[in-house]
Amino acid sequence: MTYTQIAIAMVVGVVAVDLLVLRTRLVTRRGFWVAYAIVLFFQLLTNGMLTWLRVFRYSDAVIVGNQPADDGPPPFFGEGRIAFQPFEDLLMGFSLCLLAMALWIYWGRRGVQPLPRSGPPIWRRSTGASATGATTTPSTHPGGSSDSQASP
Amino acid sequence: MERLTYLGVLLFIFAGSAWLEIGLRTRVFRRWKRLLLALSIPFLIFVIWDIWAIASGHWSIDPDRTVGVVLFGTIPIEELIFFLVVPIASILSLEAVRSVKGWPLGDEHPDSRGDEPGHTDARTARS
Repeated sequence: MTYTQIAIAMVVGVVAVDLLVLRTRLVTRRGFWVAYAIVLFFQLLTNGMLTWLRVFRYSDAVIVGNQPADDGPPPFFGEGRIAFQPFEDLLMGFSLCLLAMALWIYWGRRGVQPLPRSGPPIWRRSTGASATGATTTPSTHPGGSSDSQASP
Repeated sequence: MERLTYLGVLLFIFAGSAWLEIGLRTRVFRRWKRLLLALSIPFLIFVIWDIWAIASGHWSIDPDRTVGVVLFGTIPIEELIFFLVVPIASILSLEAVRSVKGWPLGDEHPDSRGDEPGHTDARTARS
């Protein structure tokens, strides 16, 4: 099997694990896609640098693009590459991160250290009850200081 | 210095994400048992894939840009660190987004099998 085939199979497999095995369904959640967008930006930056410097070299036979001769970096875009790296790397990164995030949510849902929850950011005033509050989530308006105890 | 290229990039990824633990109170490292459980399976799968791919000639890692510690005769130690640092960064990002936006991710009600029917009740109903 080529890297292209394995990478596509990994994406399909991990999405199936998220939806059907763990039933975490992260791919249906807005928060996952925003987090992945951040991860993707840094993958393009860091993995792009490593492939531009040719720390990673790929066999022509297993990727859509090809590995240029030793005297130059791969193309920035095109010939199967995005920010120097083979697009297959983006599929691998997606499956690696989705699997780890889905397992993180899975174990939390199973009761492994669901608390203390994340947030609020340090620049928002904490009401002091954030870590132990059963259903409170950080207030979305920054000035709110005492309304997190609001009852329905 | 050239041999520190890959390790330096890994350090950048770790430093660039670990500050979220304090700055956005992600509380990921603090929940280290849950973190280790989440990391173990992806680590095994992707390291085995990596060892097999290097042995099969799918890709190679420049020995002049790694520190030179090679495990199982194939895999530079940087690769093992990669498959820890990158999933940690992704989980930190996930909790950072939740810290800022408060969007539910499915683990808000432990042991409820995920499909929480009323996860948009109190917060969104209140004008």
